[in-house]
Amino acid sequence: MRWRAVLAAAIACGSLGAGVLAGCSSSGSNPSNGSITVYSGQHEQTTNGLAAAFEKQTGITVNVRNDDEGMLANLIALQGSHSPADVFYTENSPPLEFLQGKGLLSPVSSGTLSSATARYNSPGGDWVGVSARVSVLIYNPSLIAKSQLPAGVLQLADPKYKGKLALAAGETDFQPIVTSVLKTYGQAAALSWLAGIKSNAASHSVPDNETIANDVNRGQVAFGVINEYYWYRLKAEIGASAMHSQITYFAPRDPGYVIDVSGAAVLKSGKHQAAAQKFLAFLVSKQGQEIIARASGNEQSYEYPLGSGVTTSAPETPFSQLQPNAITIADLGGGSAAIALLQQAGLL
Amino acid sequence: MAAGTLADRREEREEKAACAPKRARRPVALLTIGSLVAAVLALPLVFLLIEAQGAGVSEVRHLIFRSLTRVLLWNTIRLTVVVTVACAVIGTAAAWCVERTDLPGRRTWAVLVVVPLAIPDFVVSFGWNSLWGWARGFTGAVIVMTLAVYPLVYLPVAASLRGADPGQEEVARSLGCGRVRTFIRITLGQAKGAIAGGCLLVALVLLAEYGAFEILGYQTFTTEIFTELNQYSFAASCALSLVLVVLSLLVLAGEGTLRGRGQVSRSGPMTQRVNPPQQLGWTRWPVLVLFTALALLALGVPIGAAAYWMADGLPAGLSGGSNVSLLNAAGHTAMYGGAAAALATVLAFPVALLAVRHRGRMRQLLERSTYLVLGMPGVVIAFALSYFTERYAAGFGYGTSMLLIACYAIMFFPLALVGVKASLARAPAGLDEVARSLGQRRLAVLFRVTVRLAGPGLVAAFCLVFLSVVTELTATLLLIPTGSQTLATQFWAYETNLSYSQAAPFALVMIIVAAVPSYVLGRFFNRPAQARG
Repeated sequence: MRWRAVLAAAIACGSLGAGVLAGCSSSGSNPSNGSITVYSGQHEQTTNGLAAAFEKQTGITVNVRNDDEGMLANLIALQGSHSPADVFYTENSPPLEFLQGKGLLSPVSSGTLSSATARYNSPGGDWVGVSARVSVLIYNPSLIAKSQLPAGVLQLADPKYKGKLALAAGETDFQPIVTSVLKTYGQAAALSWLAGIKSNAASHSVPDNETIANDVNRGQVAFGVINEYYWYRLKAEIGASAMHSQITYFAPRDPGYVIDVSGAAVLKSGKHQAAAQKFLAFLVSKQGQEIIARASGNEQSYEYPLGSGVTTSAPETPFSQLQPNAITIADLGGGSAAIALLQQAGLL
Repeated sequence: MAAGTLADRREEREEKAACAPKRARRPVALLTIGSLVAAVLALPLVFLLIEAQGAGVSEVRHLIFRSLTRVLLWNTIRLTVVVTVACAVIGTAAAWCVERTDLPGRRTWAVLVVVPLAIPDFVVSFGWNSLWGWARGFTGAVIVMTLAVYPLVYLPVAASLRGADPGQEEVARSLGCGRVRTFIRITLGQAKGAIAGGCLLVALVLLAEYGAFEILGYQTFTTEIFTELNQYSFAASCALSLVLVVLSLLVLAGEGTLRGRGQVSRSGPMTQRVNPPQQLGWTRWPVLVLFTALALLALGVPIGAAAYWMADGLPAGLSGGSNVSLLNAAGHTAMYGGAAAALATVLAFPVALLAVRHRGRMRQLLERSTYLVLGMPGVVIAFALSYFTERYAAGFGYGTSMLLIACYAIMFFPLALVGVKASLARAPAGLDEVARSLGQRRLAVLFRVTVRLAGPGLVAAFCLVFLSVVTELTATLLLIPTGSQTLATQFWAYETNLSYSQAAPFALVMIIVAAVPSYVLGRFFNRPAQARG
């Protein structure tokens, strides 16, 4: 009858777990000023840094759910009017536009919108742009010389790069580039471009940008396209001495040279509208933006702040000196055209 | 787990049914409960069909019949076939060596070969991939998955070899069959059902695997379903999930065919003679080398990698992520795992009873249908539950651990079922009848006799589900109460950030938490027959 002892042990184990949790949760909550629930697709370090500072300033508790932004967008759409989320904070604008299209977002207060950069806010005023990133080429100089790199995004499809290119077609960061190419060159050209890229990256199709950065750095593949902050994050993680890769920009105004905007919205279904608006206002306030811009410490996001005139020293190139393509947030939209094209090309 | 012993028992039970006409009575209460459980387990499939219908048949057809599906089919099927065969070979060979030969250190090996089950697939792939860049794609996926899941074949085969009658081998030898022929014709024949049952689990687990393939950069239906979901292309992910369901059905049908209707009788229902172990002779040395290699690859690499990254304190790394302590995350993991395992085991009991004690085409179908969820990505099941609670319960329970625990119980129900069935099949139904004839009431018989006889199986079921919950990631991310973390979600948060040094301790604690139930499992399936019940 030894199994009884085992069963008892299992039950003891479960109750021990519950006990530990009870101990933890009772110490952590602060119900006095209410709480909000944030669904976040942003990097955990960034979100948690912001949430902690906001809690300290306002006394409002912030509960964060972290997952991929697309997954969370699906979840919010599925939960509809019963979603427990008050705020949705994303890495890219399309998931926000997707939810706006479903009528699930509340208008952002005008003060918050005006603290940020109008050009990178929701065209309909339903979410605010918090920070931005720029697409760059990451390459390993021991595998490919800088002069050999493509100057424009169209050349990524050039057969001479076969086997040299890493691609994360499933990443939400790649979608804006596809939209940009689609808008500049049209459907047919974009499709054959995707086919070329697919064939060039056939041997190195990866799930995410972190993997591209890591693999290029380790010399597994010559180059790829990422948002600049992945290179900086990798450097912070493994140390400057372990960096065997570099980043460089596309040619000015090239369709591949795009700005990706990380934004936040208040959910219409949320039960803490005022506190949620406060959180958004905090994100683009001087204090919030300085957390994003922080160039030292471990919470640095390596993104460009978009509000309250705050600037950053890493990345080195100032935001104002970037020369991106003229594509707008409205052009990027919910990304459905890009997704359909990626599916047609067999990349999704 | 021991689908083989189950098959063996079925034959016996058929004989018994002839002399016990009372058993033919329709078990109404049991059927009702069983049908309810099956209905709950069918929810994810219903959800997929609703969503597919919402997207429109032509759209779904368009999404299914495109070139990508061909690539995914090829990737998924070749991986499933190769890994399943590899697991069958390794699992069966290891089980035979441990159970039927004089291999030195058999009792130690019996535990060591099972413990890899405690290591999450994505930790194994992390181990290989973070140490060696070449371990990726198809090659990486085959190596990693084989090493991670072969115990699912080992466990039932070992149990079935132990339970099978050695007399047949003796007879075969005495009739002039050589060692090899005896092994192929008798031993493999005896274990056929168990091998098929183990392969079924392996194949279904492979179909639904996500984390490992994501790390290894290998594209299957499940990874693609995630990609589509990340692009909030819900219709496309539902379409792909439906293809996955069809693949699972094929696997189930395949297992049914493989298992066949082998004639495995024995000298007496509960008699099990101690086997005279086969002398390995000089071959024991190469066999020992192989066992050592297996342990090193399956246990040494992932544990070594985690220890290496932990000791490699070089880079400070990006910290400031969730400041959730190891203890807190382990507490959540243990609590969710314990609750879900208990729930799944309780749900599995009536279905197993129905399948083992009351044969019939419909009842078997009902039982088999519950295996489908194992081949579905956890995230699909999580979305399905979110959908039904939102639609029919006004979001009740969302964001509480209740929904998460229910989700786990549904996801891993088949594993619990396998455990309960294995041990119910070993418990002679006759004892119930004896108790009844002694004037015990039906319910009392259930608790005082049947549940007791099935005790070890219930523990095994509990352990299997617990293990799986510890390593579950994707459904957890969607359904976990906001702000909470488990060991798996915290490991993943660090791993995806390439913060290996911070991910490593979570991997190690996960292995430690899961090692206890896998040790218990190893012991359960290796118990000498005399101690059973």
